[in-house]
Amino acid sequence: MAGLFESAADGGAAIPLDEFEASILRSLEVQMLELIGPPPGGESDDPLAALFAEGPSEAPEDPALLRLFPDAYGGPGAPKDAEAAEMASEFRRYTELDLRARKREDALAVVRALDGLGGEGGVVAVGAADCPRWLGALNDLRLTLGSRLEVSEEDEDGLYGLPEDDPRKPLVIAYLWLGAMQESLLEAMIG
Amino acid sequence: MERGEKIEVDEERRTVSVAPVEIERPEVEGVPVTEPDTPWVTIVHNDPVNLMTYVQYVFQSYFGYPKDKARKLMMDVHTKGRAVVSSGTREEMERDVQAMHGYGLWATLQHD
Repeated sequence: MAGLFESAADGGAAIPLDEFEASILRSLEVQMLELIGPPPGGESDDPLAALFAEGPSEAPEDPALLRLFPDAYGGPGAPKDAEAAEMASEFRRYTELDLRARKREDALAVVRALDGLGGEGGVVAVGAADCPRWLGALNDLRLTLGSRLEVSEEDEDGLYGLPEDDPRKPLVIAYLWLGAMQESLLEAMIG
Repeated sequence: MERGEKIEVDEERRTVSVAPVEIERPEVEGVPVTEPDTPWVTIVHNDPVNLMTYVQYVFQSYFGYPKDKARKLMMDVHTKGRAVVSSGTREEMERDVQAMHGYGLWATLQHD
């Protein structure tokens, strides 16, 4: 059974992970960091440049990125009118960099904690302050995998009963494991 | 809803303030109107990925809603496909939508 969270005495949570679980989770988070992309300005030393950098005004084309960074105006189904499209574009320009920064920090918090295991299995202790970051990071991963797998409410594609040789099988297993992990973290936090 | 209450509290404080009325009056007049002329709402949409317990947790921890209210809103999202989770000025709703996106919930704002 893959590792799940339990509440810890300090108000945080702890999860036992073997070497392979830790390595898979780390690899998923590193892929998430690549998907989110580097901060604006890259290696630039000018903090002002980053401060005044504007985000994109166009919605991402990749469905997974669009799920992580959705339009703020115009709901599902109906096409957006010109006004909603303009407002969504402006909102994106002023908020997406912050949103990307938050998701990057969440993913980095998980990577750093896993690096604390030194490449071996062990118990990862997540302090109370870092628990929300882990929740967010696990959720972002599930949103991304869910988008890649085209997860649906009724599971029309039968994702949860795939044959062993289906190329999607490993991703489905990871997706379900992340869900159980997130659920156990929530339980550990709320008590 | 919570924000409206906060503004009322501020005005009460102003009324009981010991500051001279002459100085106070312009301030009161300068305060933005308590009721926004046209309220905006934040809507959270259903998606097949987010855990129900997580959505409820977000409503409790971000909005500070009691457990029962958060659970009801979460169930509305799940069964009706969407729920209005907050209302206020456009700026406030943009803040809420941005926060929802931060949590990974799919949210939009619109005129009520």
